Amino acid sequence: MTVSVESRASKQAKKVALWLATFLLMLVMCVPGLWVVLSAFRPNREILAKPPVWVPEELSLVNFGKIFGFGAEQVGIPVGSYFTNSLIIALTSTVMALIIGVAGGYSFARYRFRFKGGIFLGLMLFRAVPGIALSLPVFMMWSRLGLVDTKLGLIIVYVSLNVPFTIWLIDGFFRQIPQALSEAAQVDGCTRWQAFWKIEFPLAKSGIAAAGVFAFLTSWNEFALASQLTRSTDSKTLPVGLLDFTAQFTIDWAGMCAMAVIIIIPALILTFIVQKHLIAGLTFGGVKG
Amino acid sequence: MAEITLEKVVKKYGAVGVVHGIDLSIAHQEFVVLVGPSGCGKSTTLRMIAGLEDITGGLVKIGGQVVNDLPPRKRNISMVFQNYALYPHMNVRDNLGFGLKIAGQSPAEITKRVNEAADILGLAPLLDRTPAELSGGQRQRVAMGRAIVRNPDAFLFDEPLSNLDAKLRGQMRAEIKKLHQKVKTTVVYVTHDQVEAMTLADRIVVMKDGHIEQVGTPMEVFNHPLSTFVATFIGSPPMNLLPGLIEGSTVRLADGTGVPVPDRLKQFVRDGMAVQLGIRPDDISPVGHGLSQDGPGAEVALTVDLAEPLGMESLIYTRLAGQEVQAKLYGPRIVQPGEVLTFRLALDRAHLFDAATGKSVRVQ
Repeated sequence: MTVSVESRASKQAKKVALWLATFLLMLVMCVPGLWVVLSAFRPNREILAKPPVWVPEELSLVNFGKIFGFGAEQVGIPVGSYFTNSLIIALTSTVMALIIGVAGGYSFARYRFRFKGGIFLGLMLFRAVPGIALSLPVFMMWSRLGLVDTKLGLIIVYVSLNVPFTIWLIDGFFRQIPQALSEAAQVDGCTRWQAFWKIEFPLAKSGIAAAGVFAFLTSWNEFALASQLTRSTDSKTLPVGLLDFTAQFTIDWAGMCAMAVIIIIPALILTFIVQKHLIAGLTFGGVKG
Repeated sequence: MAEITLEKVVKKYGAVGVVHGIDLSIAHQEFVVLVGPSGCGKSTTLRMIAGLEDITGGLVKIGGQVVNDLPPRKRNISMVFQNYALYPHMNVRDNLGFGLKIAGQSPAEITKRVNEAADILGLAPLLDRTPAELSGGQRQRVAMGRAIVRNPDAFLFDEPLSNLDAKLRGQMRAEIKKLHQKVKTTVVYVTHDQVEAMTLADRIVVMKDGHIEQVGTPMEVFNHPLSTFVATFIGSPPMNLLPGLIEGSTVRLADGTGVPVPDRLKQFVRDGMAVQLGIRPDDISPVGHGLSQDGPGAEVALTVDLAEPLGMESLIYTRLAGQEVQAKLYGPRIVQPGEVLTFRLALDRAHLFDAATGKSVRVQ
């Protein structure tokens, strides 16, 4: 009897310890984010207070009003343009990376061609190069081509950054779909193209969605290359725009945090929308291997 | 009318030949089974008929029309795949109706024909389920339903039962046979299982290494195998083969035992010919426990090495002329290893193969 009570107690203790460890880990991960969100709704003096004010005393939307140009105080930062730029650049580059990714991933999964292994390895190696290492050569090329400070310039860079990953991920999803499905569809009367669109594409949707989210977030959050390749409101993206809050001697933490929240929200919304498509497992059950 | 004809059909992958010029003609409404060990080219042949593999050489005709360059959708065939290949994102109803929908049939017509097919195969209660919610046998049935719903000229089956357990395989085998009797369409069926081949086929095509070894009805192939390969591949357990030399009208086996050459084969052998004597386990049985007790035979006492009781019969491993052979005992008698029994060899049913070529002496 005592033994079982003891073992139950030790089990309980283990459980508590596990919870505590999880809580601490989550705390480390979440507090900075939480701090950013909180700071977005607090005045600068509270943010900069020493000792720090842990529990906010006043919360308001003033910071958001400021950056969007409402209210008494205004910050001269064209957040609207940055937002539009970011959206256009991220969406366009994502769509292009997906089109190339689907075509490339499907080819790698289904066809045999010369240098296939080498090309695939090359794509993966390209992925391993840190983007910032390319910034100077890219800048020099783009300046000759007149692509510096254009949305197109940034779109091309993001597409090429994302394509290796989208190809790799989508290739894996197409590989999981048995070739017999497309063959069955062709025997059933489909052309090769119809078999792809009606059978294989819907089954790979979750993988394509995942690749899309990844590509969008990469483009949306990218800072290093964008800060090199953009100059004006024509092409500056939100992460680069954050720098506008730093002046020579001061940093407008409140405004910066408000803008960070604005950057985070679309990414969160997108992830939530696509999340339900990310559930894999659709391909199972139709065939028995 | 949908007879299928293969003329000197060749398939090569690069320099590697897989099918080496086979000729085969399949009659309208005939059920033909391609059987052979894995790698013999039977599936490749089927896929060339379906249009899923390019044909390197020769002609494939369906209903008299050369289809070499037609895509699968224009051949009016349907196919059941080994792994069923049901569309996982569609329910059973849509799986069955997919081909009709692609063909542009009206929704009313699709519903009618899907329901007909579902009735034939007992799928009506499952129409709204997805493939993931079906058992192996049900999936198999849906795959068959998808094949019949389009009313094609021919059905192609690619090892359709190999993913099922033994009991279900037996059931589905019977269902396929019933289905063929009902819909009377030309069938080409690929399997490596000689039992399926024997039970289903109107004609069996035995393939080996990209060649056709023998074509014939199941009984022809079983009773008159044209090579040692067919002899050992068709029939279970396989035929025993004993090397020997022809001496007049006797086969002299390795240990000196003389066995008379069966009358029907006398004209095909000559003195000094190296042969293999083929005799099925069913034709070596203990006296009183065999299939046939009349006709010419020889009796010999043999020691049982091992016995595998199968209920109403037992498989016996023993040694004949210095070689292990399998024999069969009919009846519920338990045999112990070491027991010495008098076996009767039904020699009139024995076969002789040329030792050098492996071909039956009848085709020399």
